[in-house]
Amino acid sequence: MLIFSDYVFYTLAAILLFAGLRVITARNPVHAALYLVLAFFTGAGIWLLLEAEFLALALIMVYVGAVMVLFLFVVMMLDINLDKLREGFWDYAPLAGLVGALMAVEMTGIVGVKHFGLSHVNTPALHAADYSNTAELGRLLYTDYVLPFELAAVVLLVAIIAAIALALRRRKDNKYIDPAAQVRVKRADRIRMVSMPADVELPDMPEGEPT
Amino acid sequence: MPNPIIYDLMAARPELLVLCMAMAILILDLFLGYANRYVSYVLAQVTLIGAAILTVAHHTPGVSFAFNGMFVHDPLADVLKLMILLSSSVVLVYSRAYLERSGMYRGEFFALTLFAVLGMMIMVSGSHFLTLYMGLELLSLCLYTLVALDRDNARATEAAMKYFVLGALASGMLLYGMSMIYGATGSLELAEIRRALLSGSPDHAVLILGLVFVVAGVAFKLGAVPFQMWVPDVYHGSPTAVTLLIGSVPKFAAFAFVIRLLVQGLEPLAIDWQGMLIIMAVLSIVIGNITAIAQTNLKRMLAYSTISHVGFLLFGIFAVSINGYTSSMFYIAAYVLTTLGAFGMILLLSRQGVEIEQLDQLKGLNQRSPWYAFIMLLLMFSMAGVPPTLGFYAKFAVLQAALQAGFVGLVIFAVLMAVIGAFYYLRIIKLMYFDEPADITPIKPTSDVAWVMGINGMLVLLIGLMPEWLMELCAYAIAQSVE
Repeated sequence: MLIFSDYVFYTLAAILLFAGLRVITARNPVHAALYLVLAFFTGAGIWLLLEAEFLALALIMVYVGAVMVLFLFVVMMLDINLDKLREGFWDYAPLAGLVGALMAVEMTGIVGVKHFGLSHVNTPALHAADYSNTAELGRLLYTDYVLPFELAAVVLLVAIIAAIALALRRRKDNKYIDPAAQVRVKRADRIRMVSMPADVELPDMPEGEPT
Repeated sequence: MPNPIIYDLMAARPELLVLCMAMAILILDLFLGYANRYVSYVLAQVTLIGAAILTVAHHTPGVSFAFNGMFVHDPLADVLKLMILLSSSVVLVYSRAYLERSGMYRGEFFALTLFAVLGMMIMVSGSHFLTLYMGLELLSLCLYTLVALDRDNARATEAAMKYFVLGALASGMLLYGMSMIYGATGSLELAEIRRALLSGSPDHAVLILGLVFVVAGVAFKLGAVPFQMWVPDVYHGSPTAVTLLIGSVPKFAAFAFVIRLLVQGLEPLAIDWQGMLIIMAVLSIVIGNITAIAQTNLKRMLAYSTISHVGFLLFGIFAVSINGYTSSMFYIAAYVLTTLGAFGMILLLSRQGVEIEQLDQLKGLNQRSPWYAFIMLLLMFSMAGVPPTLGFYAKFAVLQAALQAGFVGLVIFAVLMAVIGAFYYLRIIKLMYFDEPADITPIKPTSDVAWVMGINGMLVLLIGLMPEWLMELCAYAIAQSVE
């Protein structure tokens, strides 16, 4: 028997699937990015149903609020020719579709109610209203899972190093200003005192000769 | 009583040293001009040697866990870490001149190498799916970047792209498999998973689905057929110094990954993964050896040779015995020592404007330098498995382990394949000794490279003559760590 939360789940799941499909089929990259925002938002709704309130809000704030906005900027700034990217899409589509469908059929044989249904997994206990999963997450991250957490930080550091090492190009003709050099400069560096005699006789220039 | 986190951190002392020094080098390097770049190099070497000393000093025979069961400190981890640190140090010695030549002599190279070493050390010490995976990603991310570090080289960029895309796919498969195993056993910790498997309650169908994905992910990282497509392109396209790194040290980490995941965690499923490994081992030996014959490019040839070596390595694993794992560990140590020498020799023979890429460039090496020709001869004998070199004993050990497990037919087949494979190694020896050199420039390596190469070549011969101590070291590491 379906209860209210089941209806919510199926509605959200349907929207999520639709949005996900549109992300890869939309012709306009800006539309694709916007559908991705919708997918994230709906995903956050499903997480809320699972009582993962903090994660749901973090997903909206981090992915929708920060990552996707940045992504939209990039998409708008780069001139991406989608038709060129899609060249050969229909050549590969039948084979890729066949492989994908086969894998989906094989996997649904296992990943389904038969092996993961409620007869195999106990229904998770419901928590009281004052249960804070933010505090729980924080406690786990900084105690039991501190090693992978710190390692994730190192991976991000490596990602930054990689991005800078691969993308930063120092231009040779870059006319940047070095303030320290400007402050340190002495009069002697800028002005050259030349003592010249007051009056100099110019030598006679030969005239009319071809050069 | 001290805070428990102190105990945890103490268990990971070598890792902490490498991490701190990698960051220190990264910052310090900003203040060094090109002329002082050797400071970064020396610091990286000091870090590797220092961490190796810490690993030895800190060694205890028993198995202990830290970080809530996520990090294991056992003899297997210590021995492999020592090997990783020492071989990384050799990699840096060999690659220095190449880096200076190709404009890659930058702080990032050393920092990324150290981060890659850190990733390998974490993999070696991982006793939890999360730690193993984080270590693997740390290593892979560093390697992708190192391949692409020579930015204006189109071939290197292409290799990095292929490596990155296929690596991401493999990571995805590995994670999916791990999630299935988690779904079946309810734990990410290897010891817990083993307990759950032995109790017999988990859903077998789900486990097998997870296992297939995990094995596929691991096979990709090892470069075993049918997941070997990236190996030749990446070896060929990368700057040779990076090929040297990718081709050698990470194999230790990949071996540890196999032992931790398949043996320590999923050994109760051995009957299921054994078949998959047999297929991959046989295919790797066949495709690796046969395709290598057709190569004219030295780096591509060594890449296919790597694939066949991975096949031999798997013979020890699918024997599913302590003896088999020990032989595999010996094999990987022998393989890395030989590969270091082979790629090191390519770097040593190259000079400004002349990169050794083609087999023909080795022609008449004996007339140019009998000593280096002799070392190359030892290395090629070792790869082919000719007695009395190290490679012979390594092949002998894994095949013996497989024979004890009752795989007579497979062993005979492997020996036949090894004989076919000997052709392309011996061809190099023929080129070096019986052909006239096209280029007679004398070979002048710097003294550190000359010494390390000499020691490397002699070790291949000497350990081949006296393999007992290395075998005992591997046996000790495996016996203490694998139940």
